[in-house]
Amino acid sequence: MTSATSTFARRLIACLDVRAGRVVKGVNFEGLRDAGDPAALAARYDAEGIDELVVLDVTATIEDRLALARTVSAVAANVFIPLAVGGGIRTVDDAARVIEAGADKVGLNTAALGDPALISRIAGRFGSQAVVVAIDAKRDGGRFTVCSHAGRTPAGWEAVAWAREAESRGAGEILLTSIDADGTQQGFDCLLTAAVSDAVGIPVIASGGAGAPAHFVEVFTAGRADAALAATIFHDDTCRVRAVKDTLRRHGLPVRL
Amino acid sequence: MIALIDYGAGNLASVRKALRAIGAEVFEPAGADGLGRASAIVLPGVGHFGSTAALDAVWRSAIRGRLEAGVPFLGICLGMQWLFEGSDEAPGTPGLGCLPGRVVRLPDRTDAGDRVKVPHAGWNTARAIPGTGSGRGVPGLEDGAYYYFTHAYAAPVTAAAAAVTVYGAPFASAVRRANICGVQFHPEKSGAAGLAVLRAFVEGARS
Repeated sequence: MTSATSTFARRLIACLDVRAGRVVKGVNFEGLRDAGDPAALAARYDAEGIDELVVLDVTATIEDRLALARTVSAVAANVFIPLAVGGGIRTVDDAARVIEAGADKVGLNTAALGDPALISRIAGRFGSQAVVVAIDAKRDGGRFTVCSHAGRTPAGWEAVAWAREAESRGAGEILLTSIDADGTQQGFDCLLTAAVSDAVGIPVIASGGAGAPAHFVEVFTAGRADAALAATIFHDDTCRVRAVKDTLRRHGLPVRL
Repeated sequence: MIALIDYGAGNLASVRKALRAIGAEVFEPAGADGLGRASAIVLPGVGHFGSTAALDAVWRSAIRGRLEAGVPFLGICLGMQWLFEGSDEAPGTPGLGCLPGRVVRLPDRTDAGDRVKVPHAGWNTARAIPGTGSGRGVPGLEDGAYYYFTHAYAAPVTAAAAAVTVYGAPFASAVRRANICGVQFHPEKSGAAGLAVLRAFVEGARS
């Protein structure tokens, strides 16, 4: 029998916010600007060693939504790492469409808040590993309030309670975005991340606020995140995937290199 | 031609894409009799063990026949778990039973009492076990390389284990017995390291 141990890596995820087939990025959920071709960016991140990709459809129109499947196919064509797709998924059929196009997981946000049983229905069809419940939360005194509709509408849930509810309904992972931190590049909200990560038994992906490699160290230690997601700093070359991983490794956090 | 078995368990499109990317010729048999022209068989899958119930008596008999005839076989994730006798995830659904042992849920605590998130979702290393099973391990599997896992149930470390990964507890991350290979991780989602496992399987099936 072997005595060898294995090493579970901290996961780095790049998010591509996509509108009408192009990557866009805003600050505090607003002021979108163009940041490139999704498939080209995906291939670049893969070459740089990203562990996973998220394609988030930030469009509102039917026409753009129909383009999402083509974008997913293009991203998945030459990239052999996990791919999650979210934005506007409201039914099992919506989930089936992006999974057939090449997604491994679907992200549910507003639709799950309105109909929590949607989590169970999609998990029942594709497995819990295919269901990521995305939670957008902002600070409200000492609490964290969940918002729907791209961060605009209070959803009537506290973040920890909603994360637990999502887990109990079959979510496989939580993608937790701090609305306050998103786009600021001032660091993740480690208090929010730790509160949710400690409360659930499923992996939590921290999102919003990454601006430097040190921020990832913080969210994996103080924030107790299982994975961390960023968009702007990777798009703008503020810091490279490899630089983040080197920093994590220097702090004793295992990464896939 | 590699037969890729579609039983409605998820990741068929990703596996097909990865096999084609490395130059394999792939077909999806409409029925179990289609396995007769397969030079190798890949059984993919992700999600709930209960979905393997779609592999009914006709499929089981056909797959067992091909395995006994020496046709190279690769089971991925659920497709590997199905090789065992069954799984606690779906106690009423038997596995093929060509490997002894049952698939059990990953622990949510380590022996030391530390909490472990389940499912095991992310990149972990596989430690190859030399000299077990057929003695040749799973071709293309590199000791210590990172592979992508996403599962809540796992196979026990038995004589069939070709690689072990630790997540809360040790489990078989790869198995091998004669012409039968299985991997718990997703080679189709594990970047270059995963494609190397698929490539070695495809090349082994040609020779």
